[in-house]
Amino acid sequence: MATLTIKDLHVAIDGKEILKGVNLEIKGGEFHAIMGPNGTGKSTLSAAIMGHPKYEVTKGSITLDGQDVLEMEVDERARAGLFLAMQYPSEISGVTNADFLRSAINARRGEGNEISLMKFIRQLDEKMAFLEMNSDMAHRYLNEGFSGGEKKRNEILQLMMLQPKIAILDEIDSGLDIDALKVVAKGVNEMRNSEFGCLIITHYQRLLNYITPDYVHVMMQGRIVKSGGPELAQRLEAEGYDWIKKELGIEDEVVEQEA
Amino acid sequence: MIETKLPFDQQYVRSFSEGRGEPDWLLNVRLQALAQAEQLPLPKPDKTKIDRWNFTQFSAHLVESAPLSSLEELPEQVKVLIDIAEEQKNVYVQRDHTCAYVSLADELKEKGVIFTDLATAVREHSDLVQKYFMDGVKVNEHRLTALHAALVNGGVFVYVPKHVQIDVPLQAVYVHEKAEALFNHVIIVADVGSKVTYVENYISTCERSEAIVNIITEVFARDDAQVFFGAVDNLAKGTTVYVNRRGVTGRHARIEWALGLMNDGNTISENITRLIGDGSVGDTKTVVVSRGEQVQNFTTSVIHYGKHTEGYILKHGVVKDEATSIFNGIGKIEHGASKSNAEQESRVLMLSPKGRGDANPILLIDEDDVTAGHAASVGRVDPTQLYYLMSRGIPKTEAERLIIHGFLAPVVNEIPIERVKKQLIEVIERKVK
Repeated sequence: MATLTIKDLHVAIDGKEILKGVNLEIKGGEFHAIMGPNGTGKSTLSAAIMGHPKYEVTKGSITLDGQDVLEMEVDERARAGLFLAMQYPSEISGVTNADFLRSAINARRGEGNEISLMKFIRQLDEKMAFLEMNSDMAHRYLNEGFSGGEKKRNEILQLMMLQPKIAILDEIDSGLDIDALKVVAKGVNEMRNSEFGCLIITHYQRLLNYITPDYVHVMMQGRIVKSGGPELAQRLEAEGYDWIKKELGIEDEVVEQEA
Repeated sequence: MIETKLPFDQQYVRSFSEGRGEPDWLLNVRLQALAQAEQLPLPKPDKTKIDRWNFTQFSAHLVESAPLSSLEELPEQVKVLIDIAEEQKNVYVQRDHTCAYVSLADELKEKGVIFTDLATAVREHSDLVQKYFMDGVKVNEHRLTALHAALVNGGVFVYVPKHVQIDVPLQAVYVHEKAEALFNHVIIVADVGSKVTYVENYISTCERSEAIVNIITEVFARDDAQVFFGAVDNLAKGTTVYVNRRGVTGRHARIEWALGLMNDGNTISENITRLIGDGSVGDTKTVVVSRGEQVQNFTTSVIHYGKHTEGYILKHGVVKDEATSIFNGIGKIEHGASKSNAEQESRVLMLSPKGRGDANPILLIDEDDVTAGHAASVGRVDPTQLYYLMSRGIPKTEAERLIIHGFLAPVVNEIPIERVKKQLIEVIERKVK
């Protein structure tokens, strides 16, 4: 069973410290949610785990099953079992969704062990039907001209096709109407098993009505300031964040700019 | 006045033309062109200096090629382009100057389609060839057009009669083996209401060859006709290329170009579509890979004369090593061409800091009631795109490869002959590696 361990993580962007000592452990089978107001470092955490080149880890460690994630290139992290569903997926012209996915799957499987075309198509058709995606999406260029909702569905499609050990979903609910949100949640719930761990980053409780987390963490000022069960999310939805600030004596401060 | 000593004189041209049994009109065109070639200046491609390039000096105008008894004798790299097993082929193969093989399906012959080497066409369809030869491109445009007309020594003539619609592509393969100078002339005439797809390859069988290749292609889409023109140029390092592809449209006609320009030598490429007829459309897609120290200049132009005409230019270029690529895109709307639309997009992807890439979008508009737009960019592989692909486990080199192939896909995907498409992908693969 996979374990992602984050210890005392400090991350800076352009020399400015955004994360100021994050500690978190996600095990296979667990769903964690990180909530918090905008600009408190949630997306920075996801980018730092995946290895976005603009984010500099200045202190602390990230390990996956004891392996040092920070020593790995972005693609190595993915092949080790990490996945990040991005808030703003890139558009890549001229590369079809299907070709891209097949390259990604084969990169994991390694040379000489490539997935057969038939098997790939069968899996792809199956997952796309599950996510209620139009079958022509396989042959469209990667995210090019996709609506916000289509892009998010496409991220979940990749998640389901690649079957990572640990996935981070960065604001997967932003910009989705309720029907699309339900489909995305259905995809994530389909992944749930005793092996798969998930970190859901959101600032709305709404998503958590459809994906029930085992643990909820609140992030403020670049740290996790409170952790609890699903009931914590409900209280945040009902009362906002002010009670936590009051409880912990936190004054408003934005540490990260929204992208 | 600029005077150049040309390696071949009037007497040579006369005996060459007579030796081929050419009609008088062609001999006269050649002789007049030769006289003009001595005096006309070289073309002036914007931002590329070519006065030291060798376009005119060579010692042999012709080389001998033995005819092929079978396509099986072709070199492997040429053979893969052709579906040899197909009995009703529409294929023309030329080795250097000489027609090595030509085949046209019976059904098309019966409909009056002509698909043959230019020398044969001149003998058998003299009036038809005379009407179109050097009509789209004029002899006196500059020294290279004149020299071409004087010394033309290869090429193809395609004629599609009125209302004949051909669904299968016609394929031409020009194999450069040992010629010092190839003056290749391609004429495609799609008569009223007809439709044709033509795909050509220029391919060298050697890695390096000091040679001159001067190509003029004239495409005529008469009223309501449609021409799709696909090309993959893949001539070797050391070969200096002047290639001029010109289209002329009648009313409601359409010409689409998909050009994969993959030469390894210095190249001047000009592709102009003249939208004469009202309601006609010109759509040009060009992709280019430059590498080594080669210098290339690609000028793509769509000129609107007719009302309600539409012109689209798309150019994507990859520049690596110390190569130089200049992309000039010109959308020109003449006075009177009202309700016309000129759009263009030029993008250059730089893979090396030592290369030079330049995209120059130009709109020249002499009419008020029109629409026009352009986009141009020169940049590197987008690090955010790389990050995205790598975050799915794809290694960096493979991610770059995907992005580059995607960037060149607009032409690759248009090529209607699967074998030619595959070869283009392989050439790109080899060049960007």
